[in-house]
Amino acid sequence: MPFRILRKRVLIPGRTSLLELEAPHIAASARPGNFVILRVNDKGERFPLTIADADPVSGVISIVFLVLGKSTALLDSLPEGDCIADVCGPLGRATHIRKQGTVLCVGGGTGIAAMHHIAKGHHRAGNRVVAVIGARSGDLLLFHRELSSFCPEVLVSTDDGSVGRKGLVTEILETRLAEEREVKEVVAVGPVPMMRAVVETARPFGVPVTVSLNSMMLDGMGMCGACRVSVGGEIRFTCVDGPEFDGYLVDFSELQQRLSALKEQEKLSYELYCRCGGRHDQA
Amino acid sequence: MNSIAAAEAGMIKPKISRVPMRCQEPAERVRNFEEVALGYNLEEAITEAGRCLNCKRPLCVGGCPVEVPIPAFISAIREGDLAEALRIVKSTNSLPAVCGRVCPQENQCEGKCILSAKKNPIAIGRLERFVADHFIALEREVSPASPPDTGLKVACIGGGPASITVAGFLGALGVKVSVFEALHEAGGVLVYGIPEFRLPKAAVVRKELSALASLGVEFRTNWVGGKTVSVKSLFEQGYKAVFIGVGAGLPSFFGVPGENLNGVLSANEYLTRINLGMAYNFPAYDTPVYKGLEVTVYGAGNVAMDAARSALRMGAGSVRIVYRRTREEMPARLEELEHAVEEGVILEELAAPLRFEGDEKGRLRSVVLQVMELGEADSSGRRGPRPREGVFRELPTDLAIVALGTGANRVLIEETPELKLNGRGYIEVNERNETSIPGVYAGGDIVTGAATVILAMGAGRRAAKAIAERLGLLPA
Repeated sequence: MPFRILRKRVLIPGRTSLLELEAPHIAASARPGNFVILRVNDKGERFPLTIADADPVSGVISIVFLVLGKSTALLDSLPEGDCIADVCGPLGRATHIRKQGTVLCVGGGTGIAAMHHIAKGHHRAGNRVVAVIGARSGDLLLFHRELSSFCPEVLVSTDDGSVGRKGLVTEILETRLAEEREVKEVVAVGPVPMMRAVVETARPFGVPVTVSLNSMMLDGMGMCGACRVSVGGEIRFTCVDGPEFDGYLVDFSELQQRLSALKEQEKLSYELYCRCGGRHDQA
Repeated sequence: MNSIAAAEAGMIKPKISRVPMRCQEPAERVRNFEEVALGYNLEEAITEAGRCLNCKRPLCVGGCPVEVPIPAFISAIREGDLAEALRIVKSTNSLPAVCGRVCPQENQCEGKCILSAKKNPIAIGRLERFVADHFIALEREVSPASPPDTGLKVACIGGGPASITVAGFLGALGVKVSVFEALHEAGGVLVYGIPEFRLPKAAVVRKELSALASLGVEFRTNWVGGKTVSVKSLFEQGYKAVFIGVGAGLPSFFGVPGENLNGVLSANEYLTRINLGMAYNFPAYDTPVYKGLEVTVYGAGNVAMDAARSALRMGAGSVRIVYRRTREEMPARLEELEHAVEEGVILEELAAPLRFEGDEKGRLRSVVLQVMELGEADSSGRRGPRPREGVFRELPTDLAIVALGTGANRVLIEETPELKLNGRGYIEVNERNETSIPGVYAGGDIVTGAATVILAMGAGRRAAKAIAERLGLLPA
């Protein structure tokens, strides 16, 4: 079954895009926190992306990606109407969502996309969701409008100060946690250093922090262990035990290290792809 | 006199010994991923078939989990009727080219062969392979007449050997079978686990799978049982029975310090990258795989042998199998172990990892081993390993592949809480392979724990018979 790209929104040319895919069976059962494993073509590698949104009625799922190597570059090269060879999912445990009050959802970079789906789930469960989003500059802020549609507040920070407060999301988070003592949970999705910093920011306030990890994966269903991560001193598989974990228990240094495990080969693959003008069949 | 005539004349019967199978030379084969064992040609096959005593009460058939009518197909080969031979094999086995290659025949059909008493059993596996390969090479399918359309639908979850067997059996009875496979290619361990040099994918596995299409079997890839599709929803879609064959692929780790360093990985990850991801063709294919100069493999089963031999072919300088007992106790098939040693795999006996050491960037550099010794034999007669107090050694290694075995695949089980499990976390079934949910059957590794392809196929056959009886297609 082909997975057609129904709509492509280029968020940052050559760097970040949002794709809406025709995937009715995935859309029908996808819940916040789930991810998919994709393979762009029949020579492609399998890689995970969090589902940014899913509509069971139209049968469409949305994914957002940052071009980091050959596979994401290849994905970015596909125009609307083209098909992706394989999309498998929904995978991973869904976010544990219950009605509890105010939830602060923090997203950084493309992590905002994944956070969006989780925030929407919390909103639908009756929680008051305050979104905190950050990026290098204002034009890189994803899902700002979508979040604004259901969050009473969307707090923004950018590195260059072009939109919102100049600085880091953790600065906004710290201020907010100091002002508002009724925050029941913080959710953080983004680069590893950001998630680690969110945990450290929340620690003095004693607020639970849920993080969604972006480990390297192969099958995505517990059969290889590439995504293993230390949580509370024990080995956990991000794909079947996660992708969400208690942020206080995650060994972020190890996670960061493991993300670079195949860096040299990923670099070689990407360089060959770029040298061939982005034509994978000549790589 | 040609060999057929000679065989008919009874001249070459059991007096000659088993016809050897030609192999690629070790020095040559460690440089490629092509098949090691080359198979029989027609003359070799007919000679070997001529040795069969055609016993009145064949013990070999009882040794086969899928009950292939062995003497009958061997007779057909001897008579030169290869189409009939394949028809006989395929009457109970949908994957003869696969089984002829990967079954542990020495413990099954060949182990039961009356000639095995003289260490000279008929090479049943090689003959099975020969017949199947012959028609694959001719690109000719020998299948029974098109099955009647019963209008019935059955779903299989998981696309490995157990489900394939169910599909083949029920397909031949006119049931429309859909196989839901979570990966992007069906075949289970045949495509992600067993290496190309033992079981060619395009030349063998895909050919045998596509032959099932003629029985109306449909493979749906990227469908995750329990996630994309639930057991309950399948009944709502009109499937009359569901078979669960999702396997046991969850890799075990030692739980020793340093095991999450870059360069330590499960054999499943290593083999899946290489086999399913075609990483031996990187960068023409995109899946990367870890490269090691000094590779260590932990465990001594068939999966460990596959990983070790793959590492040699990926260009390792040295590959060592680290095992806490000795060569005598290694659980791998003898042939796999011998092939590995011939190719240059070094056996590090009586050693178990205590910890893995890395550099400042988190990359594996060495392993510290606890030296073991064998203690007294236990009740099963197997001598257990025990640590030699205070005796350690360190081996440099930059790639450590852990092949300690695997546990139940959890996704479907966790999403289907009404399935009753046994104490070890596998699905509980009755003697008809039916689970605690009526109309839902299970078989293969998800019931028994990690075992062999052929045992999974045997379970699939049992379940398929029970399903056929349930649907009124076979007398109960």
